[in-house]
Parts: sequence; C-alpha cells; structure tokens
Amino acid sequence: MELRDHPIELQKFRIRLAISVVFVLTLFSLLYVRFYYLQISQQDHYSTLAEANRISILPLVPNRGLIFDRNGKVLAQNYSAYALEITPNKVPNIQETLDQLSAFIEITPADRQRFMKLMNESQRFKSLPLRNRLNEIEIATFATNRYRFPGVEIKARVYRQYPEKESVSHVIGYISRINDKDLEHLEFKNELHNYRGSQHIGKIGIEESYEKQLHGITGFEEVETDAAGRSIRVLSRTLPKSGDNLILSLDFGLQEAVEKAFGERRGALVALDPNNGEILAFVSKPGYDNNLFIGGIDHENWNLLNNSIDRPLNNRALRGVYPPGSTFKPFMALAALELGKRTPEYSMADPGFFSLPGVKHRFRDWKRGGHGRVNLHKSLVVSCDTYYYSLGHDLGIDNMYNFISQFGLGKKTGIDVENEVSGLLPSSAWKMAQYKQKWYAGDTISAAIGQGYNLATPLQLAFATMIIANGGKAYAPRFVKQIQDSKSGEITDVPKNLLYTVNLKPKNLEVVKNALIDVTKPGGTAAKAAANASYTFAGKTGTSQVVKIKQGERYNEKLINERHRDHAMFIAYAPAESPKIALAVLVENTGTGGSTAAPVARQVFDYYLLGNTPDAADDSSDNDAEEHDHSH
Amino acid sequence: MKSMKLTQNKLDIQKIWHFFTRYIDGFLLASLLALMGLGLMVLYSASGGNISKVNNQVINILVALTFMWIIANTPMQQLKRIALPIYLAGLALLVGVALFGEINNGARRWLNIGVTRIQPSELMKIAIPLMMAWYFDKYEITLRLRDYIGATLLLIIPVLLILKQPDLGTALLIAASGFYVLFFAGLSWRIILGLSALGAAALPIFWGMMHDYQRQRVMTLLDPTTDPLGAGYHIIQSSIAIGSGGIAGKGWQNGTQAQLDFLPEQSTDFIFAVFSEEFGLIGNTLLLLLYLMIIGRCIIITANASSQFSRLIAGSITLTFFTYIFVNMGMVSGILPVVGVPLPLISYGGTSMVTMLIGFGILMSIHTHPKFIRT
Repeated sequence: MELRDHPIELQKFRIRLAISVVFVLTLFSLLYVRFYYLQISQQDHYSTLAEANRISILPLVPNRGLIFDRNGKVLAQNYSAYALEITPNKVPNIQETLDQLSAFIEITPADRQRFMKLMNESQRFKSLPLRNRLNEIEIATFATNRYRFPGVEIKARVYRQYPEKESVSHVIGYISRINDKDLEHLEFKNELHNYRGSQHIGKIGIEESYEKQLHGITGFEEVETDAAGRSIRVLSRTLPKSGDNLILSLDFGLQEAVEKAFGERRGALVALDPNNGEILAFVSKPGYDNNLFIGGIDHENWNLLNNSIDRPLNNRALRGVYPPGSTFKPFMALAALELGKRTPEYSMADPGFFSLPGVKHRFRDWKRGGHGRVNLHKSLVVSCDTYYYSLGHDLGIDNMYNFISQFGLGKKTGIDVENEVSGLLPSSAWKMAQYKQKWYAGDTISAAIGQGYNLATPLQLAFATMIIANGGKAYAPRFVKQIQDSKSGEITDVPKNLLYTVNLKPKNLEVVKNALIDVTKPGGTAAKAAANASYTFAGKTGTSQVVKIKQGERYNEKLINERHRDHAMFIAYAPAESPKIALAVLVENTGTGGSTAAPVARQVFDYYLLGNTPDAADDSSDNDAEEHDHSH
Repeated sequence: MKSMKLTQNKLDIQKIWHFFTRYIDGFLLASLLALMGLGLMVLYSASGGNISKVNNQVINILVALTFMWIIANTPMQQLKRIALPIYLAGLALLVGVALFGEINNGARRWLNIGVTRIQPSELMKIAIPLMMAWYFDKYEITLRLRDYIGATLLLIIPVLLILKQPDLGTALLIAASGFYVLFFAGLSWRIILGLSALGAAALPIFWGMMHDYQRQRVMTLLDPTTDPLGAGYHIIQSSIAIGSGGIAGKGWQNGTQAQLDFLPEQSTDFIFAVFSEEFGLIGNTLLLLLYLMIIGRCIIITANASSQFSRLIAGSITLTFFTYIFVNMGMVSGILPVVGVPLPLISYGGTSMVTMLIGFGILMSIHTHPKFIRT
C-alpha cells in the first residue's frame, strides 16, 4: 500500500483538467467545422432544399364515433357546417380585420372575446374559428369580398351535437377544444401524433372515458404547396379511420320516464339490470345543455351553470355522496343473519329509543313510543331504528364494515366512466387514520341506521341493491353494451364483467327478500307507492339527513329551510321473484323515502316492465302520518 | 434622526442583498441568465408564438433557480454527508421503476409515487457523481486498483438498470459523468486506453444487444437519404434548417423550416435547429462562446477547489454539461445519432433545467464557501 503525496496528486489533477480543456476545445471546433460546412459551403444547396420544401403532410381528421342508446336512438352525432376561420400570422392587424369583417358577417362581442382568448393560447400559424355555423347568405357575402381578407377563410368543419341535451348530459358528457393539459396527457400516452389536426377531445362522461374508441385514427395527405403555402396537388393520401360507434345499455325511453317522474325536483336515479350490470337509466337532476361546451362555453352561460344553487354540473348519481339512511338496513339485516347475531325468530321490545349500557343518552326511533315487539322481518317492514341500534351494538363496527363492504359501499364500483367517487363505509381503522381518534360505541349506533359517517353515491346503492336482487353477483356497472367498428359495421358485444360473488345462505337471503317485498305491502313504509302493482315489488325506504337534529328535539319539516330538509331515498327491484331491474333513487330535500322517492321507482318499473308512460311529477306529495317522521 | 433611519434602511437592504448573493457566483449567474433569456426567445419562435409555453418555461427557470440557490447555500460538507443516502434512494427508485414503472413510449422510465410521477434516472445524474466523488474522497489516502473497481461498480449497476428501461441517451450520459470522476481521480492512462481498445473490439457485440430503433438511428446517421420519410426525416429536415440559415440567419420568427412545422420536436430536443435557422452562423458562434464562457468559469472553479471531493464533483459536472451540449448539437447537425438529449438551458422542459442548475449550485457552493486546507 502506498501513501499518496498531496502536492503531486494536485499536480496530476491539474494536468488532467488541462487535458479536458483541450478535449472540450477540440470537440467544439469539430462542431464549428460542421456548422461552417452546412451554413457556408453548402448554404446554396440547403437553401434550395428549404425553398423546395413544399411538400406538406396534412392530417385528415377522422369523424368521431356516434353514440346510441340500446334501441338505436342517437345520443351524440356529427354534422357538417361552414366556419369562418383566421390564421393569425397571415393577418397583419387582427383588430382591424375583425372590425372590417363585421361589416359583412355578424360578429358578436362574445365571438370576439372567445377568438382573442383562443388566439393567445394557440400557435400563430394555426387556423382558428371566429364564427361557426355560417348561413348561406353569410357564405355568399364573404365569398364576394374574400380578396380583401388574406388569411381569412371559410372552411367546412364537422361539429358534434347532443340532440337530447339535459336528459343525458351526465351520461354522455361532452367534448371541447384540446388545451395544453390535454396535449401533455396525450404526449404522455404517446398518442399526440394521432391528434394532429384534431381540435376536440372528450372532457367528461362517456366522451372522455371512451375517447380512444370514439376518436378514430388520423389519416394523412401529402400535398405539394406553392410559395404561399396553398396546396397545388395531392401526392398521396392515407384515409383516416372514423371512430367506433358506441351502443349504450341505456334505455332512452326509460331515461325520459325518469326525467318526467322527477319533474322539477333535484336528485338522482341509477337503474341496473341485475343479470349483467348494464345501466338502464342514469339520471342526475338537474342536467345541463352539454352542447354549450363544445366550442368553448362563454362567460355568461358558465357563470349561470357554475353559480346556480341547484348545481346542474354536479353529477349526483356518480359523485354525489349521501348518508344512505334506512336503505342501509337490509344489508345490516343480512349481516345479522350471516354472522349469526340474530335469528329470524328473535324479537325485542321497542320502547322508542335505545341507550348504551350505563349511558343516559337516548338514540331515538323515528316513531315516538316505538313499534312494540319487533323481529327482523318487521324491523325492515316498518323501518324500526331501535332494532338496528341494538343490532349495531352487538355486531360492532368492524364486523359491519367487513360484511357490508362486500356490497360495494365505501369503494368504487368499477363503472366504465372516470371520476367515480368511493363514498365512505366507516371502520375503526378508518377513523384512526383520518382523525387519530379511537372508535366510540356511540359512533356504531348511528352508523347502524346508515347515518353517522356513512356516505354512499346513488350508483353505489344501485350496485348494492343489484347484489341483493340477483343473490350475490357483483357485476361491474357499465354504460357501453356494444362497440360498432366504423369501417366494417361489425358489432362486438362488451362481455358482462362479474367482479366477484358474495356468499350468502339462500335461506337468509330469502328472509330479507321477503321482508323487502312486504315493505311495499299494506303496513310497509312504501305501501302507498306500490299499491295495485301488477308485479311483485321489493324495496326499502330511507331518509338521508341533511342537518343534525339535537338531542330531545324533533324534526319538523315545516319549520326547516327547504334546502336543509332531508333527502328521500329508495332502493328497489322488480319483479321480486326474478328481478329485471334494480335501482336506487334519491330526491333531494323532500323528506321521507316512502312519500316521494318510492313513487318515482313505481313509475320507472311501470314503464320498464309494463310499458306505461308516467304522468308528470306530482309535487304536492301527500305525506301519510306514518311517513311524517325523521330517519327512516 | 432621519439620516440614521436612512442608514438603517440602507443597512437592511445590504443585509438582504448579502443574504441572497452571499454564495452566488456573479459571473456564472450572469452567463446562465443570458443563455436562458436567449432560450426563451428561441422557444417563443419555435412554439409558433405560444406565450403560455414561454410562461411555463419561465416558471421552470424560477423553480430551477430556487434549487440552485438552496444548493449554493449548502456547504460541501453537508452534501458529502447526504451523498450515500441519495445514491441508495436513487438506486431503490430505479429498481422500483424496473418492477412497477409506468410504460410510456414503449419504455419504462417513470415511477408513480402517488402524488406525482418521477423519473429516477434524472436524480441519478446528480447522485452518481456525488456518490463516486464521496467514495474516492473516503479512500483518497490508499487508492488502489481495487478502489477503482469498486467505484466502477457504483456506476455500472444504475447504468445497466437505466439501459434496461431502455433509455440509451441517459445511460450514456450518466456513464460519461461517472467516467469523468474516474478520470479526474487518476485512473491510469493504460487502463483508459486499454478499455477504449476493448470497447472498440466489443462494438459488434453491443450492436447485437441494441434495440431495433437504436440500430435504425445509427444506420440513418450514416446515410439519412435511405429513409427520407421515416427515421431519416429528423436529420434531413434539421440539416436543411441549419444549412439554409447561412451566415446571418433568416431572422427571428422567420425560419421557414420551423414555422411551417417541418422540424420535429422543435421546442425540445431539436430547438437548436430553429435557433440555427433563424440566427445563422453568427448566432451559432455567439451561442458556442456563451457556453464556452460558462465552461471556462467552471474549470477555474474546479482548479481552485480545495478538497478531493469538491474537485471530482466539480470536474465531472463541468464535463457532463459540455457533453450534453456536444451530443445535442452533434445530433441536430447530423454528426451523431439521434438520442433524446436536450440542449442545456435552452430546450423546453423543467426536469433537465432543474438538474442542470442543481449542478451549477454545487459549483457555486464549492467556490463561495470558505475553503479548508487539509492538514
């Protein structure tokens, strides 16, 4: 081993540094020689090439795929029209040109504002639309004056249109102009090349989630251009392939029936086919006109939609979270039977409240004085709270969590559109992670009737109902039933997707299912809505609390601000013996499930099973005495 | 009273100024800013007048300058302490990429860590020279062949992982930065020459291991005209852009190649072609001189560095910076194959900007912190 001497080492290092200076200078000189060769010796050659570089490759934009409902009704289509477009770098003075143009063609301040915004965000050699959908007179007027406006052109463009607007806006979503963020995303997915020439991209809903299928494949055209960049002749052409058409499982007739049943009320409804998870109806009220977003929405309309107290842009069915209230009870009842905490025969006396051992606090039943003796069947039929308070206490929160999460509450259902939320099914581990607090016995009591920390989306409730209806099969909910190849016309079925099966003993399931049928029979909380139905109808009412009621106070609908009133909920399926449809419905701020939500379900079933078109919504809901109280 | 207050104010301003500039090398900062300013101008033209892209780049620059300032204010002793942990973390992330990375453009380079996606190979550009310098500094007194082999292993493992992603460009640049550390640490000439000979002999084997697209790039370099619409397109179009620029260029925003969209990746890897077309040989001369000024300053800092650790890291950063410039310009002007390497401080993009300025932050720290002479 040798010990090294420092000054000598340093000397050695400096020599090597000097060598690297020589290395840098040599390689830079090499580069410089190359530049000199290209820019001086070969300049003429390359200038000629640049001049002759007149072969442009122009993208041919594919037509976007169409969207149909299950019966072939068009929900998203394309049409061609003429647009007035400006290429900014060919126009010396934009403002002046806009002023002069408005003498021939109507240009509103909103058009102008939108154009200026677009121009600041885009490349200067791109052709940008100033006015869309020109009429024939406008086209003719401009054509005769065209020579005055270099850089301004009339172009044929294909536009997207949503003929049914509000009623399917939350399903279809919309396309809008591609922005920087979209470009980054496309670049990351290595799909940017396929969007040369495309101006729009799906932003939300099916338009977003099925962007890949709908967009199609861009074609190319090799053209020879003159000095001004105008094309002289086409050298070769690769045709684009249009996007695939989507055939949804949605039944537009049913969707309209739901719309009609809701009337002006706010809320959501999701209806599934329990045999395969197909979405039959998917409504979030109010909707919005999705056509407004295609060309870029103007300020006025945006503010109107965004600031509305009714929040029309909020997709309640997919992203609205609500305490499930008493619609939670069937799942609790199944947990009780499956985990052996209750037998169907067991009954208890209901004094109208429940207290934890050694604690004074009373958890009240919605019915003052209680329901008398209550067994599991009756607990569902009359929606007895006390039974579930005591059951929850016996089960414990983590048993509840483990069992009920099998029905998809507290997690995403795996629906085939983006932006689904997972709601919340509380557990002691969750509370510790979220609030660094241990779980209290009292938390379990309110969770047992679907209140407390519980939150679910209408989609999740429909999914859970489907699992009861079909006896344990968790199918992924999906909108798209078939995909049609645009070229061959060939239709491919999207296979149903069985995520997992929940193991339930048939006899336990039968106990609960029988009780759910009796909910709609005389004496049950949904009896009125189901009266005289020609099919068997199973369901469970619920009330979703908006504001907390203090201990000792009673809920009085008349005294509460309309927006703070409880939400009405109902989950149901029919025909009960072999279900064809399972649904969850939520009507905001209208009180109890039996009086306002269940009638909507009835109308939906009548339409779907019998073909009856519903009457317009009846807003003056007549509450029967039994339905007047809180929390069932 | 009033004058006292004024003096007080003046003192405060001096203090603030001192706080911000104490560990900053003025000459280096000025040259960097000049270059980045020029870069913004070219970017504006290359993106066809897209101001939002320029704004994004300004934000990238500000973020990168903040990183540079923080690193410049960190004494080398502290950097030395974190060399090993950073290296190990980077290595772990690279293994993570190999196992769970996201596939993008057919390569697995990104790792999703919940909040954001990261590209661990970028971190290794700093971590590897740091680690190797730390290693040589530790074994400085007893340097033997064994130590060189150990250092080489520190380099080769991450390089192989990056090669496997596959990301040939980054792997080569990181290998170069590690080699520079070995070189400055005194790796004997015999070994350097021997390895070069061996490398040349192994070229056919390497060729066999290369991916098809990489072979294509080399073939295209040798004769771009064989494939004018495919892989040769980039080289032909960028050569036309540079050549048609002539002595004085076509003028800012007047490059036909750039403005008519003939150039590929014109705001990132091929931005030099836009610059060259619009500013000509005069512009190129100016640009090379600006880069030389920066490299010169870095060499002076390296020569005056006081510890083995500082010397090695400074030398490696300087030569790596040069390598980026040479590889990018060489590729755009058609004397090197196309590998995805940005032009330092000019190309659009935040990640490489941050990595570069962290490097310059280290050089500033070496130069401006008190130097201890080892006894």
